[in-house]
Amino acid sequence: MVCQECGQRPATLHFSKYVNGEKTELHICEACAREKGELIPGTPSGFSIHNLLSGLMDFDPSGLSGAKAQVQQQQRCEGCGMTYGQFSKLGRFGCAHCYKQFAERLDPLLKRVHGNTVHVGKVPKRAGGLVRLRREIDGLKREMQSRIEGEDFESAADLRDRIRELEREVQNG
Amino acid sequence: MGNRKYTAEALSPWMKEDAPDRDVVLSSRVRIARNLRHLPFPMMASASQASDAMDRLLMVNESGRLNGLGEVSSIRLSELSELEKQVLVEKHLISPALANQAQHAALMLGPGEDVSLMVNEEDHLRIQCLHAGFQLKETWDTASKIDDIFEEAVDYAFDEKYGFLTSCPTNVGTGIRASVMMHLPALVITGQINRILSAVTQVGLAVRGMYGEGSEATGNLFQVSNQITLGQSEAEIIDHLHAVARQIIEHEKAARAKLMGESRLKVEDRIKRSFGILSYAAVIDAKEASQRLSDLRLGVHLGLLPGVDEGTLNELLVSIQPGYLQQAYGEALSPEQRDMTRAQMISSRLATHA
Ligand SMILES: [Zn+2]
Ligand SMILES: [Zn+2]
Repeated sequence: MVCQECGQRPATLHFSKYVNGEKTELHICEACAREKGELIPGTPSGFSIHNLLSGLMDFDPSGLSGAKAQVQQQQRCEGCGMTYGQFSKLGRFGCAHCYKQFAERLDPLLKRVHGNTVHVGKVPKRAGGLVRLRREIDGLKREMQSRIEGEDFESAADLRDRIRELEREVQNG
Repeated sequence: MGNRKYTAEALSPWMKEDAPDRDVVLSSRVRIARNLRHLPFPMMASASQASDAMDRLLMVNESGRLNGLGEVSSIRLSELSELEKQVLVEKHLISPALANQAQHAALMLGPGEDVSLMVNEEDHLRIQCLHAGFQLKETWDTASKIDDIFEEAVDYAFDEKYGFLTSCPTNVGTGIRASVMMHLPALVITGQINRILSAVTQVGLAVRGMYGEGSEATGNLFQVSNQITLGQSEAEIIDHLHAVARQIIEHEKAARAKLMGESRLKVEDRIKRSFGILSYAAVIDAKEASQRLSDLRLGVHLGLLPGVDEGTLNELLVSIQPGYLQQAYGEALSPEQRDMTRAQMISSRLATHA
């Protein structure tokens, strides 16, 4: 297999990730990794996926070229003023709003880095109040469904009432 | 300058504790990245916005919310000399990125130096907890509790879909980076290290040198950490890393037993030669010193160096770094002077044991 970076030397570093059955692969030669100042596992260094980000972000799923691509590079975040070009060069977002501004190209990137696009961890009480409620509702709905299937209609009705209560809370913000 | 406890002493209090699997694992670390809602991340923040973020985060300490951790010091990095910053980096209490941050960077440091909260690094807040030995779950518990305290006091940038929003997309979601610093000399000597590390990267973990990105892994020290922060819960991330680290520990222990069984004399010779060189060298560079200290550390755990204790070795590991070395001698040293001073420092510390 040939290195994804230089396309010449054989790739000796292989990274595979399996997340939810999905496989992401990366193949690169040691010379290229070292040239970019990266760390390589199994050698007296380590390896960081950080520096590969800009490479991944240049990857354009829409196949845009020329003028259109240039317009995209100049697209600017309303929150912090960062352009997409800057973002793809630095591999860093400038503010929380950037995640919305550059959302279009974000999911493919996150998919390649994490194998996933949706957070399932901790939810803050303050900022995530609604998220917590929605997650609780989803859980109760699943529970209600299984009770209906078990023909335990009485406790399913209790759950339905609780779900309605929570849904009202969500609507009132 | 130089009188501060946290830069004057090479060993942090937490490093002196006895801890599980200390023969292989030096430390367990968990870092959580968080940002404040409504303020640009540090890279794009104006001076007043950065100062605003710093004030809000330092206020959490000033208001007494962190009292449960003991007396936490708030330190503005502008108060520190370059040398002091370098020592904090060498003690892993701040990242090189924070040390290089020119304006409105700050640090909140717990009394045991096991809790270090960085303000205006790449993200507004980086909560870092360190424990001695293999205590990943305990370290995560501590970090998560501190996270909850901040969450009560400030509004975090959080997105329903993407989770905690961070400057770098590699941290988004949980924002956690958990790592285990391992000493794996037997796996290196027996030539198994490459196979093990490539297996580790294949299950979605990363391996780094001792001082993180851009540095060399000297002294057979390897840091294994999670790479994925999105799509897995914190518990899954910690459990996965814990399980893989546990396997590496067992492999290293097996390799040590094999060395002792099959080539004890060769190993003993290597370790004692290193002891001889460290005891009598007139000049020694940091790289060789780390490698030889690694041999000594192995020797201590194999019972081949009676009289040398692990605490001394841990202390030397930090003391031989350029920043600490210069601070200890109270002056800037040329590289040649450093190699000489280093050799003197090591031989005098070892002489008390020989
Ligand atoms: Zn290449
Ligand atoms: Zn922005």
